[in-house]
Amino acid sequence: MSVVVSAENLTKKYGDLVAVNGINFSVKQGECFGLLGPNGAGKTTTIKMIQCVSPKTSGKLEVLGMDVDLYSKEIKKFLGVVPQENNLDPDFTVYENLMIYSRYFSISKNKAKERVERLLKFMQLEEKRDVMIERLSGGMKRRLIIARALLNEPKILILDEPTVGLDPQTRHLIWDKIKSLKKEGVTIILTTHYMEEAAKLCDRLVIMDYGRILVEGKPDNLVKERIGNSILEVEANSEILLCLQRMRLEFEVVGDMIHIFTDRPYDLMFTLMNQCRLNRTAVRSATLEDVFLRLTGRVLRE
Amino acid sequence: MSSYLKLPKVGNWAWKVWMRNWDVFIKTYKVNFILPFLEPILYLIALGFGLGGFVGSVEGIPYAAFLAPGLISISVMNSAFFECTYGSYVRMYYQKIFDAMIATPLNLDEIIAGEIFWGATKSLINATFMLIVVIAFGLISFPISLIIIPFSFIAGFLFSALAICFTAISPNINALNYPVFLLITPMLLFSGTFFPLSTLPLPIRYASFATLPLVHVVEISRAIALGRWSDLLFLNLIWIIIVSFLLFVISINLMKRRLIV
Ligand SMILES: Nc1ncnc2c1ncn2[C@@H]1O[C@H](COP(=O)(O)OP(=O)(O)OP(=O)(O)O)[C@@H](O)[C@H]1O
Ligand SMILES: [Mg+2]
Repeated sequence: MSVVVSAENLTKKYGDLVAVNGINFSVKQGECFGLLGPNGAGKTTTIKMIQCVSPKTSGKLEVLGMDVDLYSKEIKKFLGVVPQENNLDPDFTVYENLMIYSRYFSISKNKAKERVERLLKFMQLEEKRDVMIERLSGGMKRRLIIARALLNEPKILILDEPTVGLDPQTRHLIWDKIKSLKKEGVTIILTTHYMEEAAKLCDRLVIMDYGRILVEGKPDNLVKERIGNSILEVEANSEILLCLQRMRLEFEVVGDMIHIFTDRPYDLMFTLMNQCRLNRTAVRSATLEDVFLRLTGRVLRE
Repeated sequence: MSSYLKLPKVGNWAWKVWMRNWDVFIKTYKVNFILPFLEPILYLIALGFGLGGFVGSVEGIPYAAFLAPGLISISVMNSAFFECTYGSYVRMYYQKIFDAMIATPLNLDEIIAGEIFWGATKSLINATFMLIVVIAFGLISFPISLIIIPFSFIAGFLFSALAICFTAISPNINALNYPVFLLITPMLLFSGTFFPLSTLPLPIRYASFATLPLVHVVEISRAIALGRWSDLLFLNLIWIIIVSFLLFVISINLMKRRLIV
């Protein structure tokens, strides 16, 4: 599989602040690549450099084999971007927004009309075609922005938190659409704070924090490697903590609960029951969210 | 300093930005077409005929005929300057239009150039409306005065580029009031619009000639309107072209400094 985005030692500074700190990654053609990380990790900054709208400070970054500093116009022809913040044109209706945006890509009027019709249908916005942007709900705006990002039939679709603030129905609709685009061979770069979304959609992902990449891998593998299959949750008390330390188990204290990472949760539960006093317990599968929280900590970012 | 003189890369893609603004203009044509007619009529009646009754004639012509090209020049300045300050600021900051455009093959140079060309177009449109009114009042020689129409685009370009410089450095939209009150309003009064510059002391005349763009625009407009040619007009035109070019380059570089982070 060929590489469509490759970053080597990619760094971005805003004045003294290092927003992206020497990261290395590559995105392969046709895959869905996830960028995860807490607020301020540097995801949007990374995406803006790929998009050629924010110049990198140092390092190497190539998109579709072209240097971002030299070929921004060529690169941008092949990108579709759903930005984190909506920027639809408020002076126009849904239909006009798409038509005018297609002009920015030099798509001929007839071709644009055909694509706009198809995309309105694809994103289920046909009934809203003549509505001004301010009259749309948040979910409709997001769907329209995705439609807009597809106007130029991009080779790489960049989605910066595409489903933020959407109801479950809309989220599922958008996931379906992303999957069907992936089937058509579109490469997708996705950032999200919904771990479920990342696990469902991404073939491969990185978790970033403070401008660096902490881990990279397939979502399932990351969960298996970093946590194990399951998590046994037990109510915390000093007796159990001692017990766990004695047994040299991997665990984490979360509020008044202890999370124990294990591949054999039920065996462990019985062992613990025999050895120490257990109150509330629960067994659940480990998820990407556990990996995320374990790697990036549970402290709130300012 | 030299970084502000870097030549912009403007391809023919800039017209796509122009076209977007034109589309909005056409959508709201009712407001856009009635107001430009109304304003000059009010001014002409109040100043040209009302005040003109006391003034009588200026430089050998009726005051209303003296005033008419001045009013057209003010309109050229205001349409471009307001379009590319408040108008562009709203598009840039509140509507995030530039953010959306920059994600397409358009580059920032082309976006800003498109805005400046649009500002110049607004001058042309408004000057045309005023010209119709002024011609209807019989205050201006016809058809030679129609040259004001293409000239208003050139003059509008100058004020648009100037306006974008202020838009690029304004921390917020209210800060745009400063150039309006400190530059545009004085210029409107002291550029030979309402009275001939020759009534002012010589040093002030030289100073305004050297620094005030509107002086040159008024000189040329009045020459066209009255059909009075002089060799000095060439100097006025050269001044406008050189300063326009400089401001165009500087405005794009200032915008880059603001928006490309
Ligand atoms: N234009 C800017 N000027 C200065 N600092 C910036 C700018 N944009 C982002 N930053 C800083 O860079 C860091 C990374 O920001 P970025 O937007 O890339 O984070 P993110 O991972 O996308 O976060 P979020 O999940 O909140 O969207 C943050 O510390 C942020 O404050
Ligand atoms: Mg972000």
